[in-house]
Amino acid sequence: MMKSIIERISQGKFWQFHGGIHPPEQKKLTSEKPIRNIALPKQLILPLQQHIGSQGELLVTVGDKILKGQPLTKSLNPMSVPVHAPTSGIISAIKKSVIAHPSGLSELCIFIDVDGNDSWIKREICNDFKTLDKETIINKIASAGIAGMGGAGFPTHIKLSAKPEINFLIINAAECEPYITADDLLIREQSEAIIDGIKILDHLLTPAFILIGIEDNKPEAIKALQEATRNIEKIKVCILPTKYPTGGEKQLIKVLTGKEIKSGSLPINSGIIVQNIATCFAITDAVIHDIPLIRRVVTVSGKSLGKPQNIWALLGTPISYLLKQCDHTHENNNKLVVVMGGPLMGFSISNAQVPIIKTSNCILAPSAIEMPSAFSGKSNEVECIRCGQCSDVCPSQLMPQELQWSAKAKDYDQLNKLNLFDCIDCGACAYVCPSQIPLVEYYRIAKAEIRQQQLFDVKSEKAKTRFEARKIRLEKDKTARIEKHKKAAEARKAAMNNSTPEANGAKSAVAAALARVKAKKAASNNQKKSISNKEQHESNDQNHESSLKSNDNRKAKISATIAKVKAKKAQEASISKEVELNDSVTSTLKITDDKKVRIAATIAKAKAKEKEIDNKEEKVTFKSSSKNNQQKEST
Amino acid sequence: MAFWIASSPHNHNLNETSALMRLVIYAALPGILVQWYFFGWGNIIHISLAIITALVCEFTVLALRQKKIQPQLLDGSAILTAILLGICLPALAPWWISVIGTIFAIVIVKQLYGGLGHNLFNPAMAGYVMLLISFPLQMTSWQPPLSLMPMNVDFFHAISTIFTGFTPDGYSVEQLRTSADGFTMATPLDTLKTDLFLGLTVSESMTSPVFGDHFAVGWEWVNFAFLAGGLFLIIKKCIAWQTPVSFLFSLFICSFIAYTINPDNSASTMFHWFSGACMLGAFFILTDPVSGAASAKGRLIIGALAGLLVYLIREFGGYPDGVAFAILLCNMTAPLIDQFTRPRTYGHKRGET
Repeated sequence: MMKSIIERISQGKFWQFHGGIHPPEQKKLTSEKPIRNIALPKQLILPLQQHIGSQGELLVTVGDKILKGQPLTKSLNPMSVPVHAPTSGIISAIKKSVIAHPSGLSELCIFIDVDGNDSWIKREICNDFKTLDKETIINKIASAGIAGMGGAGFPTHIKLSAKPEINFLIINAAECEPYITADDLLIREQSEAIIDGIKILDHLLTPAFILIGIEDNKPEAIKALQEATRNIEKIKVCILPTKYPTGGEKQLIKVLTGKEIKSGSLPINSGIIVQNIATCFAITDAVIHDIPLIRRVVTVSGKSLGKPQNIWALLGTPISYLLKQCDHTHENNNKLVVVMGGPLMGFSISNAQVPIIKTSNCILAPSAIEMPSAFSGKSNEVECIRCGQCSDVCPSQLMPQELQWSAKAKDYDQLNKLNLFDCIDCGACAYVCPSQIPLVEYYRIAKAEIRQQQLFDVKSEKAKTRFEARKIRLEKDKTARIEKHKKAAEARKAAMNNSTPEANGAKSAVAAALARVKAKKAASNNQKKSISNKEQHESNDQNHESSLKSNDNRKAKISATIAKVKAKKAQEASISKEVELNDSVTSTLKITDDKKVRIAATIAKAKAKEKEIDNKEEKVTFKSSSKNNQQKEST
Repeated sequence: MAFWIASSPHNHNLNETSALMRLVIYAALPGILVQWYFFGWGNIIHISLAIITALVCEFTVLALRQKKIQPQLLDGSAILTAILLGICLPALAPWWISVIGTIFAIVIVKQLYGGLGHNLFNPAMAGYVMLLISFPLQMTSWQPPLSLMPMNVDFFHAISTIFTGFTPDGYSVEQLRTSADGFTMATPLDTLKTDLFLGLTVSESMTSPVFGDHFAVGWEWVNFAFLAGGLFLIIKKCIAWQTPVSFLFSLFICSFIAYTINPDNSASTMFHWFSGACMLGAFFILTDPVSGAASAKGRLIIGALAGLLVYLIREFGGYPDGVAFAILLCNMTAPLIDQFTRPRTYGHKRGET
């Protein structure tokens, strides 16, 4: 099986994934210029979280002087990676600031005032990584803060720590999205270092084969890779036909191996690991040169720039600074479109202070002529005519037109049936749609709503079980109580009816009490009449009072008993009725109750949701999009 | 400086629905011209009438529904429906035929079902079938090709006949259809059907002048022009190739089997292909995405089904041509076919949701 795959690949034959599009590539704008090093910006803004997972714990405080490469956060769990100081300087603030995220969310960021010395922390250079054991290497990668640099930012060490047998290590150099040439240029300039990184991965994972997938629109990079891998039997440079989205993880796997990753499963379960080629370079830096991930190649492109080019940007560099370096002209006074990422999967940013992070491979500043649909603002959407062009291009072989209807109708069951969650957000459908329906937007909203619904369902399910349990408990208590009362009453009854001495005593006690009451009444009358005989009456009163008290107690007890008996009878009756009512009846009652509760809760939630719908949606979308990004390293 | 926020993708191939519609209209032009060449001005007058009616209807309904009028009115879909209906009508049918047909197509079949993209049936064909059932006399009074007609029918003749029922010289449609030797000429399909019913063989029937040298005078070239237009649309990726290919193949197979078994009573495969509304139906009407199947497999099924139905109706049905009926029947099955022909999603096993 594997042999035949390799044979095919050696012959230059590949599989095909369904659909795909050929948007204008526009790579020439930046592909013919070397990667430029730019002067240090005055300030860097480092978000604590730049990857999928959780953020690390802060190691520094405001006012600290920091050196280049110094870790600023500490990772607390496997899914978090630290961030490092990209250059030396002083921490001026640690506060919330707008981050690179579609929602324009604010998250905790470290602000660094750059001192311009660029002085390094002490480094330990390791010339031969083979002397290190695997765990040390993985630790080095983890503590260098490396997360997938293709777009999703999945912590790299997690992928490397897994231990199943790996058949294929796939290096994703497809870079299929238009405009982006960051990987292309990096390969051309750093092919040796990249191959070193691949060797490190090989050492860690010992895969049977290593496949580098690269699209045929990068001839120079292909040449560089072929040159660098000439003597390595295990590595195959696979030149793939250019088609978007070849760089999607699932699509790349399909093209190279003919295998499909089962829906909801990870490639590693099929013995495949995909790493982005820029990540390989970062691994070399980390393991050999002890340089943490503090910079990356960013393509700054688009026709509103005077000098579009690739730049070695320090993480945390504000986008405005990069745009200035590329002579950004602002032609239109009202509208400015700046996209982080490519034109098909990137997101437009709302603030020029947004910093470059580990996953930012491109900053796109198109002109209005170049990308009119991005500037039009209002939607030009018209009715779907079911032309089916969307399903022709869908790489997941979905039916986008049907999804769209179900999404508009909020028919979540149908959406699940149509496999909405296999959509990778690649945007091919919306790109070709003649009715210009923003399909991906509809799917994102639907995905977010379904996720929310699922969370809610889980919650309500829990509440339901709790409620049921409580009901059963109450029922039990009730029957136990009734049983107890019944027994007690029976015992009393028996005692009363028997002419035992105690019973007689009780009767006589009652009679005595009645007598005492009468006496007391008489006495109280007397009391009113003869106030002069106080002293005598006082003693009498005391007697009377005590008898009165006991009398009252008795009375109360008797009436209580009578009431109890009545209640018991009533309860018995109701219980027998209840027993007669079979389970189904009670359960339907319960269900209707539950429904009411649920409906009320839903309405309340919906109201609450409406208020902060934007925030929430964006947040959930972030999660979903980042999840999808994970599948789609380096498109 | 305001940042402009939009959802990805930020790029678009700038294709538009109205552009698709325009392309289909352009592709129909050769067919219309050939039709004009062989049958005169009648259909062009009907097309014009239908377009005017369609625009008025569309405007009225959109206004009543409080929709954005301008973009939807000019998206070309109503005009396309009108053109297709106009092409299908008998050239010298009275003017109210195209008006009533278009009103039915646009108001009832299209807009009352929810407008563009929501109609279950192809509006042009539904309009045509309504007319055929309601006004059988007018709808079957086909004008023979000009070359076979005893008198000349120019533009003024046509317009006068359409609006008054008589030419300026006082001839009725029925008289125009009568050949020099006193027979009323019908369409080739109709002639063949009648002759077979009368007990003639196909080869005997084919001696009738309406068949000409090949399959059918005029009709064959009209079909050929629509075939050319259809191929253009396929090359332009404006329509899916599956539907027409499957339709023509299916019709070919059906007629081939019948012809092999019983050549005396069955017309040839090419006669089926190049007579009646075959090519128009295959490339311009069956391919209507709104009322057709959505998946590639579904389109193949729909096409094959339509081919079979056309053959059955032509061969065994009461009407000489069956394209309109076949298409409406296929429109009905489309949602069901869609249900069962969804493609397998990446990472899923077949049949697994």
